[in-house]
Amino acid sequence: MTIMTIVLVLMVLAALWASMTTLLLRATIGLALTSAMLAVVMFSLGATLAAILELSVCAGLISVVFVSVISLTQTKTFKDILQHRKGRLARFWPLPVVMLGAGIALSFVHSPVQIALPLPGGDGDVRTVLWNLRQLDLFGQILILLAGVFGVMVFFKRESKDDN
Amino acid sequence: MTIEIPQAFWYYFIFFVLLMIDGLWCMLATFNLLRMLIGLEILMKSVTFFLIVAGYLSGRMALAQAMVITVIVIEVVIVVAAAGIVLGFFRKTDTLNVRNARSLKG
Amino acid sequence: MSDILLLLPFLALIVINVLPRSARGGAWVVCLVLFAVQTVGACLQPFVTLDWSMLQPLEKALGFTLVVDPLSIMLFITAGIAGMAALLVGRATHDTTRAQFTFANLLLIALIGMNGIAMVRDLFSLYVFIEVTSVSAVILVALRDGKEAYEGAWKYLLLSAVATVLMLTSIALFLLGTGGITYADLATALASGTPMAWIAVTLFLAGLFVKSAMIPFHGWLADAYSEASPAVSVFLAGIVTKATGIFALMRLAPAMMEAAGPVREILLVAGAVTAIGGAFLSLTQSDMKRMLAYSSISQMGYIVMALGGDAKLALAAAALHFFNHTVSKAQLFANAAALETRLGTRDMDRMGGLGARMPVTAGTSAVATLSIAGLPPLAGFWSKLLIVIALWTAGQHTFAIIAILTSLVTLAYFLSLQRRVFFGTLRAEWDTVREAGASLLVPTIALAFITVAVGLAFPVLLPILLGGGI
Repeated sequence: MTIMTIVLVLMVLAALWASMTTLLLRATIGLALTSAMLAVVMFSLGATLAAILELSVCAGLISVVFVSVISLTQTKTFKDILQHRKGRLARFWPLPVVMLGAGIALSFVHSPVQIALPLPGGDGDVRTVLWNLRQLDLFGQILILLAGVFGVMVFFKRESKDDN
Repeated sequence: MTIEIPQAFWYYFIFFVLLMIDGLWCMLATFNLLRMLIGLEILMKSVTFFLIVAGYLSGRMALAQAMVITVIVIEVVIVVAAAGIVLGFFRKTDTLNVRNARSLKG
Repeated sequence: MSDILLLLPFLALIVINVLPRSARGGAWVVCLVLFAVQTVGACLQPFVTLDWSMLQPLEKALGFTLVVDPLSIMLFITAGIAGMAALLVGRATHDTTRAQFTFANLLLIALIGMNGIAMVRDLFSLYVFIEVTSVSAVILVALRDGKEAYEGAWKYLLLSAVATVLMLTSIALFLLGTGGITYADLATALASGTPMAWIAVTLFLAGLFVKSAMIPFHGWLADAYSEASPAVSVFLAGIVTKATGIFALMRLAPAMMEAAGPVREILLVAGAVTAIGGAFLSLTQSDMKRMLAYSSISQMGYIVMALGGDAKLALAAAALHFFNHTVSKAQLFANAAALETRLGTRDMDRMGGLGARMPVTAGTSAVATLSIAGLPPLAGFWSKLLIVIALWTAGQHTFAIIAILTSLVTLAYFLSLQRRVFFGTLRAEWDTVREAGASLLVPTIALAFITVAVGLAFPVLLPILLGGGI
């Protein structure tokens, strides 16, 4: 239980850092760290397949997308960023306080929920569920990936046309 | 696992709420497009976490995993589409700040 | 037969992409035929029974859990009509084959998404298909390469993703509470009446409200609608927002209202606020597409309000208004496209007296505006009448009166639109303006014809509508 708590706290801290830091690149690293911690949580709860996907796709692929967008759009000099930092601090300093307060307040509340009893022995293997019960979702995944491909084609071709 | 299930739920629930607050704040307290996207990603992380916890506590881990895999795929496509929009916006305005480039009203 | 509605568009998608590059100009024809087949097939479905048994091996292999009911048939018809209108408008307004081709592809993906929304039987698959439709819609908005279009697409994407987060949280809560996420599990969870079930329902409703642009979550809609390219506006306003938000509400609301709780009141109040707010907001607009967008918000409020009415009539009234509004609003956006391509502006203050130069656009636009405002004997009158009756018989007299009063405001802003655009004296700068081209006039005339025909044939249609069990 204690290791789990440490990982969860680290996850929240990484997310907090991602939203507080001034440099966008650092925020991306914070996001990747959050993903990595989430993957550890998933792994220790027994969701191995989802953990692997989270680690490779969210911590990996999405960070790559972020970094490339940041490098394509970087215009600020370091001086601008320092100037910008003051304004950001004014908007962001209450966040850790609020989060700490919410965390403490919630930990004193007694859980009011009722939960369905767990299935004895679980509900089988994820691969069976995914391929035999959730085929419709897989079909949806294919569709949304196709939509994404068309989006990339639209945006990317536009970029290269502009360079000429 | 020695503790009762409702207590276990509350334990995870606190972290879920904290991530939610963080993500929402990050989205709302900024005018930078990429920063909003990071806030959105934190929100997605929190809800992914919550789905896994729900599957774990209710003993439907396989179902929850199948859902999380789909969510991750959709998340990637959304981020890619958003990145495309950010790039297009930057090309037209030379800024990532919506406040500097605001034109739509109402 | 249900699988075919997902597979046929998918097949069309593959076909138009394996075609040689030189044949891509014909992609829109494939789409048009597909949309027409879907519309006609769905219209005939109640009257003709076909033998689909030869598809059984395929269905078994795929194992999709899909159910077709009268409500889904209504969405098939509506989506087909809006898709056809959008394709024709796109042919007139997209200047390159490439743009037209991308448009057709994304239209097909969105159509599969909507067909899925119509047929799925579980909350998570509903979410997946809503997301398929929304993402293709966002990319469609960003197809127009301009700062405003990117801003509109951005707002759409962001708010729809937040709605997604709400819905997923709700799905997780349902999973915790009942161990399942099918519509049947939803009913079980609601019957149990635990606080957690109600939190989950509220979150899901909030997500759907964002997706269907209920006030106060309406901010994204006007930007996305008005800044998208003309054909995309026709498609978005016609069907996308309704399918992703309103239709899901129509699908889930009856079950939610059967269980005790404030869902009915939430729907009534949210619907009334949106109907009034949207109507007054559109009174103040001078951009034509923005005015139409706010009018859409207001009419969505109407549909949601109708859901809170009498159980027997509510769904039929909502479904009919859903259909009527799609037809008329798609047509009005097509008219706006005609004006925009001919004048190069959407500012209504700069227009005036255009009725003399563009008589067909003016005439069809009059039909659509009067139908949405609810003048007999046009189609919109009957659906509004049904909504008022449904509210009145349920004992919601206040809301019935709100519905009638909002109708008056609707009439006011649409008369103002007609007056500012088509009546009055013609400005000198528009002396050489000609009527829009054929591929813009064909959809407008056809849609106006549907509005009149549904209005006149309503006594015949009503028994089918009610007997269909919607």
